[in-house]
Order: sequence, then structure tokens, then C-alpha cells
Amino acid sequence: MSQKVLLSSKEIDIILHRLACQLLENHLTFSDSVLIGLQPRGTFLARRLLDVLHNEYNVKHIPFGLLDITFYRDDFRRGDKTLSASSTQIDFLVEGKRVVLIDDVLYTGRSIRAALTALQSFGRPGAIELLTLIDRRFSRHLPIQPDYRGRQVDAIKEERVKVCWKENDGEDTVYLVSH
Amino acid sequence: MSDLSVKHLLGIKYLQKSDLDLIFETADHFKEVLSRSIKKVPSLRDITIANIFFENSTRTRLSFELAEKRLSADVINFSAGQSSVRKGETLIDTVNNILSMKVDMVVLRHPNAGAGIFLSNHVSASIVNAGDGAHEHPTQALLDAYSIRERLGGVGGRKVVIVGDILHSRVALSNIFALQMLGAEVKVCGPKTLMPKYVESLGVQVEYNLRKALEWCDVANMLRIQNERMDMSYFPTLREYTKQYGIDRVLLDSLDKEIVIMHPGPINRGVEITSDVADSDQSIILNQVENGVAIRMAVIYLLASKIK
Repeated sequence: MSQKVLLSSKEIDIILHRLACQLLENHLTFSDSVLIGLQPRGTFLARRLLDVLHNEYNVKHIPFGLLDITFYRDDFRRGDKTLSASSTQIDFLVEGKRVVLIDDVLYTGRSIRAALTALQSFGRPGAIELLTLIDRRFSRHLPIQPDYRGRQVDAIKEERVKVCWKENDGEDTVYLVSH
Repeated sequence: MSDLSVKHLLGIKYLQKSDLDLIFETADHFKEVLSRSIKKVPSLRDITIANIFFENSTRTRLSFELAEKRLSADVINFSAGQSSVRKGETLIDTVNNILSMKVDMVVLRHPNAGAGIFLSNHVSASIVNAGDGAHEHPTQALLDAYSIRERLGGVGGRKVVIVGDILHSRVALSNIFALQMLGAEVKVCGPKTLMPKYVESLGVQVEYNLRKALEWCDVANMLRIQNERMDMSYFPTLREYTKQYGIDRVLLDSLDKEIVIMHPGPINRGVEITSDVADSDQSIILNQVENGVAIRMAVIYLLASKIK
């Protein structure tokens, strides 16, 4: 198994700021917008972006939620393991809101498909956008594309993109792992 | 710890503590799902479940059916009263006929102890025991323990007394197994005639005095007097039973602490429990019913993920 660094901590920091600015450009005051991080691994990126928007661009009071998609996945009973869930914390209505879904890696698009279904349980959003840190090109199973992307990556099926966060893994780095 | 150790839910006895923890954790997520405006998830859309009830039930059957529908499973219901069982069909034949219609899971209630275990040895579907005679009623025990956990923040180290008809009660047996597995202390309390002979071999203490039992406990689970299972007289009159083993406001107020009151339902108001107690803040009877759906969703979801 070998791994190579796709993004260093410095690069991640720059990308986080760029993504925050792009969000600002489109949402400005966030008065009608909500940020929703996908459980489990999209929540780190979502919290980071929220922090940047709070601390460096002084946007306060952005409604922020975490969405678990386990019960909406299309691979139930298709793997060896039981799919175990994480918690969903959405304590606001998404009715009519502009929702930004946030996940770390966009690969086949199936998680996002599940998230779109899951989100309907909380109302009918005005619009839904997708933000991902890594966009794995040419590997989509569904017609889903990000509105905001950190970095586009070409990787083959046998390779895996691993996103590490300081608060969880001790460092901010993105690796490409090949077996 | 993300997989159940069993393929069927036949009784609490056959589970491990890690199974209970996993079921509770999963039920937490389903409870959140049930608080949404759309209370339904598509997980089990390719699973068909047969609810086979050879005994009357309202709450358990509704709760199972609702749990199955909230998970998007296809559901068929079968009650023995209106079926070929009356014509002499055997249990295995009945179930095999239903299974040949491509059913993946069977929720079974049966008046005979061990019916679920018997069936699990003869058919391929996953079996959930929804009560077998006076043996076990595992989902009731799970939702009881889950409700205690929710109200008191945990089950370990808590003192629970089960009051009433222990002899005929599958709820009592499953509760004893579940509570002990989770580290609670369990006592049983009731008239000697309604106490199983070897109940102490389960590691529970027997207390014949209700007041002493209540002074000791944090939680009192009041069982229903099961008139339909009593083939002889176990106590002189209902009134005498109520005098000795029923709880009312006066008795509760005379304790120096506030205990939690549970009841698996249906309540005989004025027999084992008075209305003012059943409807008070101390009682978590309706929370038990609410949690029943989330617990059953968790059990069915976890078992269904093992069907290949």
C-alpha cells in the first residue's frame, strides 16, 4: 500500500478560504441559506467552513445542521456489514431555504442522491447546492456535479482518497492511497 | 460493534450486552427520524414482513406494523382467528405457505412457549418473537429498558422491581434478562401463588411486601393481572389483590422518594394501578409505547441487514 499527498495543510487552508469566499459571493448574508454537513466525514469540512465564515468574514448566525443518510442509502443488504448510523441534527425547517450540502469527497454520487432524498423529510428546500473538497472525476454513477469544488482529482477505481482533519486524525492532509 | 450476534430475535436470553447497546443506539436514530415531519425512511423497501399473530394483541401488533411501514417494508398481516389454523393447519405449514409468497421476515406471536425457536429451526426467514406463551417478549423488555435509560440516564446500577403476576408473564422474564444484562438490580414482588417456583435461580430477589419493595427501588414495573391465562384461582378476590399489590397516590406519596412507574399495558385501571398514578408525571407508560416503535424499527432494521 502506498500513499501520496494530494493536498497539504497549507493548500487545504487556502482552499477553505476560497470556498468560503465563493459561498459568500453567492449567499452574501446567508439570511435565507443553511449549511448542512453530511455524516460522518462531511461534518469536519462543514464545521471548518462555518468557522472561517464566522471568524474571518464575520458572518454570524448561519443555520447549521448535520445530516445522516444511512437509512436512505441504496446499498442496504448489499455489503457484508450492517450500515451503522450517525446522528442527524437539523433543528430548523429547510422549507424554502437555499441549502448547501457539504461533503468531503464526491465519488459515485450515490451518497448525494441519498442526501437529496433524506433532506425531503425536513421540508421542501428552495434550492440545493453541493460543495465538496475533492471531486473525483470520471467516476460518477449518477448525474450529480458539485457547485463548489476544492480540487478535482483523477483517480482509478482501486485508489482511495483519504481526507484527514486535525480535530479527528491529527493533521490536515488529503492522501491518494493505492493498494 | 455494528452487527447483531443473532439472525433471529427469539428472546433476550440469546442476546449479548453489545446487541442491546447496538439496538438502543440504533433506536436513538430512529427516534429522531420519528420526530421529523416525514417519519419514513426507505431502507427496507425490498423486504416483506409477515406479522403472524396466533394470539390477540393491539399495541404490539400496531407497533410492529407501524415500525415496518416507517422502514418502507411491505407488510402482510395474519391473525389466527380468521385463518386455516381453524381448519387444523400446523404452524410450520401455515408459515411455509406464507413464506412461499417470498416473505423475508416473520413477526410471530404464539400462545405456546418456544414457538419462535421451533419455527426458526424449520424455516429460512428471520423470526422476531412478539411474545411466546409465558416465555419471552423480547421487544417489550428492550423498550422497557430503553425507556428507563431515557428517563434515568442509564440502566446500570438502577434498582427495578417487577410487581404482579410473575408466573404467567413473558414480560417479566424478558425484563429480568435484559435488566440484569445491562447491570440493573432486579426484584420481583407479588403474591406467592403468582411467583414461579425457581425464580430465585435467575438471580432475582423475591419480596412479598409491596411497600418494602417500593422503598427499595428506583423503578416499579407494574404487570397486568392476566385473567385469560389463569386456569384456577390464584388469589381470593381482585379487591384483595389490589389492597396488597396495587399502587395508588397515597402509597406513592408516603415514600420518601419519587420512583418511576411503568406498565406494559393494557392497564386494568383500579386493579394493579390507579388512574391518578397511571396518568401522573411519575408514570412513563406512554413513553414506553412511543419508544416501542423506535425499538422495533431498530430490531427489524438490524435483523433485515443480515438477510442476504
